[in-house]
Amino acid sequence: MEKPFAITLDPGSSLANRTGSWRTYRPEYLDRLPPCNAACPAGENIQAWLFNAESGDYEKAWRSLTVNNPLPATMGRVCYHPCEGACNRQHLDASVGINSVERFLGDEAIKRGWKFVKPEKQSGKRVLVVGAGPAGLSAAYQLALLGHAVSIYEAGPAAGGMMRFGIPKYRLPRDVLDSEIARIVDLGVELRLNTHVDDLKQAMAEGRFDACFLGVGAHIAKRAYIPAGDANRVLDAVSVLRSMEGAHEEEMKPLLGRRVVVYGGGNTAIDVARTAKRLGAEESIIVYRRTREKMPAHDFEVEEALQEGVMMKWLSTIKEAGEGELTVEKMALDENGFPQPTGEYETVAADSLVLALGQDADLSLLGKVAGLVIDQGVVQVDAAMMTGCPGVFAGGDMAGNDRTVTVAVGHGKKAARAIDAWLRGGKYEASPKPEMATFERLNTWYYSDAPKTVRPVLDIIRRQSTFEEVLGGLDETNAQFEARRCLSCGNCFECDNCYGVCPDNAVIKLGPGKRFVFNYDYCKGCGVCVAECPCGAIRMVPEEN
Amino acid sequence: MSYQPISFYQTGTFTVGNRLLAPDERSVQAQVKRYNSLNSGHRACQGCGEALGARYAIDAAMEAAHGQLIAANATGCLEVFSTPYPETSWQIPWVHSLFGNAAAVATGIAAALKVKGKHDVRVVAQGGDGGTTDIGFGCLSGMFERNDDVLYICYDNGGYMNTGIQRSSATPPAARTATTMAVGAEPGNPFGQGKFVPAIAMAHDIPYVATATVADLRDLEAKVLRAMEIRGARYIHILVPCPLGWGTASGDTIKMARLAKETGFFPVFEAEQGVVTGVLPIRKKLPVEEFLRPQKRYAHLFGKQPKVDVIAKLQALADRNIRKYGLLGEEH
Ligand SMILES: Cc1cc2nc3c(=O)[nH]c(=O)nc-3n(C[C@H](O)[C@H](O)[C@H](O)COP(=O)(O)OP(=O)(O)OC[C@H]3O[C@@H](n4cnc5c(N)ncnc54)[C@H](O)[C@@H]3O)c2cc1C
Ligand SMILES: Cc1ncc(C[n+]2csc(CCOP(=O)(O)OP(=O)(O)O)c2C)c(N)n1
Ligand code: SF4
Ligand SMILES: [Mg+2]
Repeated sequence: MEKPFAITLDPGSSLANRTGSWRTYRPEYLDRLPPCNAACPAGENIQAWLFNAESGDYEKAWRSLTVNNPLPATMGRVCYHPCEGACNRQHLDASVGINSVERFLGDEAIKRGWKFVKPEKQSGKRVLVVGAGPAGLSAAYQLALLGHAVSIYEAGPAAGGMMRFGIPKYRLPRDVLDSEIARIVDLGVELRLNTHVDDLKQAMAEGRFDACFLGVGAHIAKRAYIPAGDANRVLDAVSVLRSMEGAHEEEMKPLLGRRVVVYGGGNTAIDVARTAKRLGAEESIIVYRRTREKMPAHDFEVEEALQEGVMMKWLSTIKEAGEGELTVEKMALDENGFPQPTGEYETVAADSLVLALGQDADLSLLGKVAGLVIDQGVVQVDAAMMTGCPGVFAGGDMAGNDRTVTVAVGHGKKAARAIDAWLRGGKYEASPKPEMATFERLNTWYYSDAPKTVRPVLDIIRRQSTFEEVLGGLDETNAQFEARRCLSCGNCFECDNCYGVCPDNAVIKLGPGKRFVFNYDYCKGCGVCVAECPCGAIRMVPEEN
Repeated sequence: MSYQPISFYQTGTFTVGNRLLAPDERSVQAQVKRYNSLNSGHRACQGCGEALGARYAIDAAMEAAHGQLIAANATGCLEVFSTPYPETSWQIPWVHSLFGNAAAVATGIAAALKVKGKHDVRVVAQGGDGGTTDIGFGCLSGMFERNDDVLYICYDNGGYMNTGIQRSSATPPAARTATTMAVGAEPGNPFGQGKFVPAIAMAHDIPYVATATVADLRDLEAKVLRAMEIRGARYIHILVPCPLGWGTASGDTIKMARLAKETGFFPVFEAEQGVVTGVLPIRKKLPVEEFLRPQKRYAHLFGKQPKVDVIAKLQALADRNIRKYGLLGEEH
C-alpha cells in the first residue's frame, strides 16, 4: 500500500492493549440498603419511590410506594417517620421530608383517582381478616393482590380501627382515610361491619376460611387505682376519643367540662388534651409522673400541644380525685432516673380526669384456639407472623409492643406474604438484606445545598377551636424539590459520574434507566469511580488471582 | 464562573451528568456517544489525572470544533502513555512535537491551515508543566505575543513525572521530588518566587486565559468551549493530580484536585484580555493541611514533629490566592 512520505506503518489502536490485566481490585456496581428503607416498619422502598417522584412521575412513585403500603395519604399524616430519623441527609443539612412527599403522593392519588390493579388470577383460597385497623387492612390488601378471596370482619360501625376511633381529625381528616379504605375494598375485599368475632374457630368454620389474620388491636384502657368521689368524672382516653367520632362537638363539651386533667405521657394523652382544648376547655393539663424527656410521646407532639395552650405537669402522680379537684403528689427522680414520691402534695382544679395509661388487647375471641401463646397480653408470633396455631396469623397492636400504624401495616404485609406461602404449602422467607448504605459510603460533595421544605401549619386560633387539619401538605413544586433532596443512598441514580471520571473510558453507559457496566478489558482498577460515586453504589473487590 | 450553574436538580452542576437534566444541559462527558479523543488502552498509571484531564479537555474542544481538530503534543507522560509506536490512543489527528516546541509546532499548523483556507479546522497544543512552564516557555510566550490562533493546554501535575518525578518550575514549594529530596535545612522544593504561568499568560493580554482542575468537569468544559469561541492565542492550565508523583492513592485523584481548589492552594479562575472575569468559588474552605497530608511528597511535613512553620508558609500561599482572586466568592 502506498504510504505518505516517511510513513512505514499504519497507525494501530491502543485498544490492542488490554490494560484490564493490570487490575488487582475490580469495581462492581451494587445496590446498598438505604437507611430510610432499613428503618421503615412497613418495609417501604422509600429511595425507589422518591426516585420516581424526582422525575415527576408521581403515579409511578405512588405505585411503587403502594407495593408495600396501601395507605400513603394516611401515613403521610400519622406516621412517626423513623425513616427521617435514619436519613443520611441529616448529616448534611436536614433529613429529607419523606413523610411530606408520601402525603403528597397519597393526596395526589386521591385527587387523580388512581386505583389498584386487580390480580389477573384468583387462587380460590379464602382468608378471614379480623379487624379493619391498619394491620387488617394492610393484610387484606396484600392478600387480595395475591389473588385470595378476603373477608374482613370488623366489630365497629366503620373501618379504620384506631386511625378512626383514636387519632383525632385534626391530624387525620376522615375523608382521606375513607378514600384509602374504599380503594382497598374496591379490590374486591368483603368488609363486614358491626361483626364482632366472639369465637374465631366458629367464624372460620362457618365461613370456610383456609387461613386467618388477626388484627384486633388493643382497645381496653388500662386503669390506675385512684380513689374518686361520686361527683368526679373519671374517664378513659380511648373512650373519649372514640366518642368523638361521629359525635357532635357540642355533645362532647359538657362531658369534659372547663378544666380537664389528662393522666399519662403518651401520644394518646396528648391527643386527648389537644381535643379538650378544641372542645373549649379553658384548662387542659397533662399530668405525668416522669419528666418531659422521658415522655413516650414524640417531642414534636408535645411541642404542638404546648403551642395550643395545653399545660404540662411533669413529675407528678394523681393520688385522689375529689369534688372539682385532684390531689397530686410531686415526684423526684432517683439516681437511676426513676420517679419516687416526695410526700409533697398539691391540689389541681378539675372538672374531669381522663386516664391515658395505655391499652390492652381484648383477646376473648381466641378462647378456643389451640396452641396459641399469649405473653403479658401480647399474642406471640413467629418470624412469619404466625401464631402457635397453624394458619392463624396475627399482627398490629395485639402482637407487639411497638404500637404504631406503620408497624401494623408492616405486620399486615408480612403476614399476608406468609399466609400466601402457607396456603401454597411453603414457608415464607424474607429476602436477605443488602449491606447498608451508611453516610461514610457517600461522596456528598456532589449534592447541591438544599434546605428542607417546611410544611404550612394552621394558624393557632383555628388550632385551638376547630378540628381542621393542623399540618398542611406540599404542592407539586415543593414536593418535587423535597424528593430531589434525596441522596439516593446506595442506589444508582444515573448521575454519569462513574462514566465521566474513569481515566480509561472503561465505563459503558447503557442509556436512560439502564445504568452502566464496566468494561473489564480496560479497567485498571484505580478506584476513582468508587471514590466519586455520590451515592455509594460501587465497591472494590479483590481480583481472584 | 463561566457557566450557568443548575440551581437545584439533586446534584446541581456538580456531577458529570444527571438524568433529570435535558440533554443540552448535560456535560460533553455525559454523552453516550462522546468523542473519547483519548481512547482506552493507553498506558497511563491507574488513576492518572492527566489522562482524565486530556480526555475532558480535548473532547470538549472536539465538540466545539465539530470534530475538526489537530493537536500538537509535547513530550511527557501524555505523549508517552498514549502513543507507544505503532499504537495510538488518539482518535484525532495528532502530532508529537519535541519536549519544548509544542507551541511553535501548533503555530506552524495554524499558519498552514490559514494558507490553505481551512478556517474550520482548529488547532490545540498540549503539554505537561515541564514542557510548558520550563523548556517550552519561550515558544509559548512567542505564540502568545503573536496571538497565534492556537489553544494551548497545560496539564500541570507539578513535576517531570514521565522521567521519574523531577522538579519543574510548577512544583509547589516543600514538595519532595527526585531532585528536591526531603533532606537538609529546607527539605523538598525550596520556597522560591513561584512561577504561575496563567498569570504570565495574562500579562500577554491574550484573549483568553483560564485555570481548571479535573475535579470540576462542568467548569473545565465551559472554559474549553469558551476558549474555542475565540480566535487567537488562548491558554488553559489544568491541575491534574499524579498518583505516582504525589504519592496518593489511585482512587483519590479527583479528591486531591478538589482539595487543591477548596483549600485555595490552586486558584480556579478565568481572564479575558488580561483581566480576571470569573472565579470558581470555594464551596467549603479547608485548611491547606487537608490537601497536603494525603500526599507522600509532603510526608516529611507530618513526621513525629509536624513542621508547622512550613505548613503555615504553604497556608499563607493559599491565603494569598484566596485574597488575590477573591476565591471565597460574594457570599463570604
Ligand atoms: C389516640 C391514639 C393516637 C395514635 N396516634 C398514632 C399516630 O399518630 N401514629 C401512629 O403510627 N400510631 C398512632 N397510634 C397507634 C395506632 O393507632 C395503632 O398502633 C394502630 O391503629 C394499630 O393497628 P391495629 O390494626 O393493630 O389495631 P386497631 O387500629 O386498633 O384496629 C383493630 C380493629 O379490630 C377491631 N376488632 C377488635 N376486636 C374485634 C373482634 N373480636 N371482632 C371484629 N373486630 C374486632 C376493632 O374494632 C378495630 O377496628 C395512636 C393510637 C391512639 C390510641
Ligand atoms: C529536550 C529534552 N529534554 C529532556 C527530555 C526528557 N523528558 C521527556 S518527558 C520529560 C518530563 C516531562 O515533564 P512534563 O512536561 O511535566 O510532563 P509530565 O510527564 O509530567 O506529564 C523529560 C524531562 C526530552 N524528551 N527532551
Ligand atoms: S506518572 Fe503521573 S502523569 Fe504520568 S502516567 Fe503516571 S499518573 Fe499519569
Ligand atoms: Mg508534569
